[in-house]
Amino acid sequence: MFPSPVHIYTDGSDAEDHVSSAFVIRHQKKRNIHHQTQLSLAANAIILAGVVCVWLQPCDLPSPQFTRDTLKGHSRPESSSRSAFLDQRDTLWMRSAGAWRDAGLYGLLDEITNSAEEVPRFLAVGSACVLALLRWASSFHGSLFPHLTLSSDEMVAEFSQMLDWSDSALRSFAWHPHTDKFAVALLDDSIRIYKSNSSATPTLKHRCQRSVCALQWKPLCGSALAVACQSCLLIWHVDPTSLSTRPSSGCAQVLSHPGHSPITSIAWSPTGSLLVSASPVDTGMMVWDVAAESAVPLQRVGGGGVTYLSWSPDGSRLLAATPSALFRVWETRMWTCERWPCLKGSCQSACWSPDGGCLLLSMQGERVIYALTFSDLTGGSKAASVVADLSETSFPGPDGDLTVGGEVCSLSWDPRGERLAVLLKGDSQAVNHPSVIAVFKTRSSPVFELLPCGFVMGEAGAEPRFMQFHPHFQHGALLTVCWSDGRISHVPFYFSSAGLLGGDSPQQALASNTADHSSNKLYTEQIS
Amino acid sequence: MKCGCARPDSHLIYFQVVIWRAVASIAWSVLLLPVTTAVFVLLSRFSLFHPIQWISDCTSLLAASSTIFSLVVLCGVVLITGFFNLEFYTLVPSIPCSRMALLGTVLHPRQCVHSLVYCTMGMLVMWCASVTIGGRYSTLGTTCRQSESGEVVTCLNEYHLFILLAGAFMGYSHSFLGVVQNMYYVSFQPIQQYKYPRFKGCLPMVVKCSVIQALYSARNFAAFYFFFGYAPKTWISSTLNLQIDSSLQPLDSLTGLLDLSLLYHLSISGTFLYLTWYLTVLLFRIYVTEAYSFPVQSTFTEDAEQSLPKVLAEKNTLVMKFLALQDLALLSQHSLSRRLEVFSLSQPGGHAHNWNAISRECLSLLSELTQRLVAHQDAVASNGRVKSQSASNFIFPVLSVVVSGTEDIAETPRLSVPLRTPGSVFKSSVGGANSALTAPFTPDVDSPFSSPAIRRLVGQQDPQSPCFGTVQSPHIMRRGPKPWSASTGLSHLVAASFSEDQFGVVQTTLPNILSCLVVLLEAVDRHFKLPHASSKPVRTICSMGDSTYKTLRFLLRAVLKTTIYKITTTFGEHLNAVNISTEHRKRLQQFLEFKD
Repeated sequence: MFPSPVHIYTDGSDAEDHVSSAFVIRHQKKRNIHHQTQLSLAANAIILAGVVCVWLQPCDLPSPQFTRDTLKGHSRPESSSRSAFLDQRDTLWMRSAGAWRDAGLYGLLDEITNSAEEVPRFLAVGSACVLALLRWASSFHGSLFPHLTLSSDEMVAEFSQMLDWSDSALRSFAWHPHTDKFAVALLDDSIRIYKSNSSATPTLKHRCQRSVCALQWKPLCGSALAVACQSCLLIWHVDPTSLSTRPSSGCAQVLSHPGHSPITSIAWSPTGSLLVSASPVDTGMMVWDVAAESAVPLQRVGGGGVTYLSWSPDGSRLLAATPSALFRVWETRMWTCERWPCLKGSCQSACWSPDGGCLLLSMQGERVIYALTFSDLTGGSKAASVVADLSETSFPGPDGDLTVGGEVCSLSWDPRGERLAVLLKGDSQAVNHPSVIAVFKTRSSPVFELLPCGFVMGEAGAEPRFMQFHPHFQHGALLTVCWSDGRISHVPFYFSSAGLLGGDSPQQALASNTADHSSNKLYTEQIS
Repeated sequence: MKCGCARPDSHLIYFQVVIWRAVASIAWSVLLLPVTTAVFVLLSRFSLFHPIQWISDCTSLLAASSTIFSLVVLCGVVLITGFFNLEFYTLVPSIPCSRMALLGTVLHPRQCVHSLVYCTMGMLVMWCASVTIGGRYSTLGTTCRQSESGEVVTCLNEYHLFILLAGAFMGYSHSFLGVVQNMYYVSFQPIQQYKYPRFKGCLPMVVKCSVIQALYSARNFAAFYFFFGYAPKTWISSTLNLQIDSSLQPLDSLTGLLDLSLLYHLSISGTFLYLTWYLTVLLFRIYVTEAYSFPVQSTFTEDAEQSLPKVLAEKNTLVMKFLALQDLALLSQHSLSRRLEVFSLSQPGGHAHNWNAISRECLSLLSELTQRLVAHQDAVASNGRVKSQSASNFIFPVLSVVVSGTEDIAETPRLSVPLRTPGSVFKSSVGGANSALTAPFTPDVDSPFSSPAIRRLVGQQDPQSPCFGTVQSPHIMRRGPKPWSASTGLSHLVAASFSEDQFGVVQTTLPNILSCLVVLLEAVDRHFKLPHASSKPVRTICSMGDSTYKTLRFLLRAVLKTTIYKITTTFGEHLNAVNISTEHRKRLQQFLEFKD
């Protein structure tokens, strides 16, 4: 389905391609004349001496663009639109019931306290006292865990993997693990499903589908899509053979558990049998048996909630990050966990190596990547080691110097374990310091290695917000990036797997190419 | 399914596993009693304004002889509860098809005995509670002064009677709800946890359930006593020749019942009662469903009955079969060494007894389920839709039995996936054979010596004959120890034949497995076309009864599909070489394209 390989970046076949990456592109231009369209796009690539930034589109993958103007944001909650209407006095009972429905116990107490002239005095005083007590208790709790003082929407924005979630037209993105289709959650709380070679884009809408924070397709299944919403968890069953563009809300299962919302992260087990969901306000994570609609809560004290979940590809471990400086790694056989306290911030993003033996982590506010190794025989590492330092460094670019480096916001490892994409936050105040995606070549044996490969940058003014590797791209790796201008683009990395060819020479050639750059301290390789 | 086992060996292993687990769970329930009693004492004597007196009262009460005696009585109650758990527990939920059937179950002699015993136990616990609370509740008779004559007589203490009757009422409602909510249905958890974390995780739920249940029961009992309380009161007073104190407000009146202190004590005593029972049930469930590791292959003939294939074929003790299925599921996911045992061949003879027995058992479970589903569909087709509701209720207990079996057969191909590399038997991809797991057992395919030999061996086979394993492997195995008159890669080839056998072991049954799964899936699909089959049950908010059996059909469908996807994604195009019928191939093709 993809066009024959455009060898932007070959690792194996012929060594002459590796003299320099710039040369690779020119060389390919001469050889593959019938790929004019891609190569003219490739001409826009920013070439940074030895490392290459690629802007290419495989032709038949849909790359839609959504702008904020075309999407209507979801309607405001009733409380904020109240001022637009004339004030009409209901009876106290009606108002109390409404307050209870809208805002729970707080709302009810507030309503009773506010309508002191209509209720008996002891009731008003009592509710005022209880309210004060509750506020005091929650402020105390909030001082322990500051994230609990956020509103539900703010919390989703804070812990979503999509950067700048509240401002973005794209809310979440997920590739299907086996087929060429992906789902995008949008600002207007709808989800669209795009398939290659198909113009039909089913749109999913549901009454409960508010503030979508995460999406994930069920592995080993053609149809099921899990959606983490503000109040519940939705499991859509979208029939892949159906031509309907608006599946009814009857196709969705609603899973909810009291005290378990908003849900900010979900993870299917790689066998598709279990779904784990996490909420920053709930210290327990829920292990759902989706078909039976039953959940087993796994409670651990400490951390104040669970924000991010990531299941290792071999299914043996599960990372659970908390809003505090603490994360846990669960083993999934007997569901016990290791506790990993961090020094500074909470865990921001993480990714597993394909064999599940290595976990790369980034911490909030830090400019380094940590690695943890796991092994059934030796038990794995006792402390996380720093494998890459990504502090600011300037590179000579086509339009003057370019500063690259900063906080590591997101990590993604391609399914073959050969490319690692790292989203580095830029400085919006500085002129030449945009957010970029740095791509590394990785090797895990004999020792773990990271070799710089290139940068991916957007068009002028567009910053990367989210990225994910295509789960089964045959010609190498395909990185899908969601940009701040609402565009979704696919960046292919064509290579043949180094493990099959078994040659070390390309790696060495590359290492010699980039040797002079590693000396200027952008990438301090540490071999773990 | 209880100890109706005929053979002494299976009885022995049943005794070793289940009885011991039940005994351990009861022991833990007894050990927990002092804790719950202490909490109950603290709550029952609670007084906000005299905290120091409250604490000192409670400590002296806890050491008092009456409390010790109550504890002994409570231990007896827990022992009886544990015995009833062991006697009544079921792995197949009983779903009454109609109201009449439910009535029949409730009035069944066995259930009547159960209700009677629980009523008695409820009264005993409430007697202990009333003695512990003390004050106006402690005894049945009190001294009172008659209003006219002024002489001191023994009067009936209505508060004590009220609490005792509440115990009987709660005991009966527990017994009744046990039938309605399938309290004794034991289901296996989707995830494995150690016993202590699981208990800790379930404890808040159990406390919440017992509080809610106690409040409901207290409300219902208050209403009951308001209308019918006069009868037991007069009966007791006339039998025991006790006077009724007319100076006190009678409790079967509105003002008498609106006594906050009485209602509070009733609720916490009820909570204590339910908590005692629920904890026993919870501990029993946790202990019984704990994973048990059966030996795949027994070294000695004495314990051959305990080996996994034998226990899987168990007919009498259902719980052992379930434990074996659970063990199979676990080993298929987590234990490489035990998987290898499953695929190993018997030492003299070279037959794959282990795998054959296990796969045969799983397949027979699946085909039995298929037959039941088809029979049910036929019945519906012939009788029209009137019968469908009841019949569809009948079938789901069966599903529950088999669904775990399905999961296991689901796991079984999965476990073999790393071992049987598809390419080595089918002609095409010899190169993709070295995953880390297979490394010790597969020949080094990439080494220059072995690979031509294997290629030639594989190349000789007609790629259209998938049953290569059946025909060839015994020959190869027999020749294995002998010198092969052949090429330089002799030793590699022996290893190859061995490893081919490893693969062949599974591969011969692959067509069976696939067709069995597809037939079952078709039956399930047809089942979902029946009326009411796809409607979701109402979710119960909080009860100790396990309601997961209501969604078993959805679980079965999901598990089946995942299973087939697992096989199709692993084997990919190689499935085209498997000998199955055209319709099944068509269905599998949908799975290959992720169109199902």
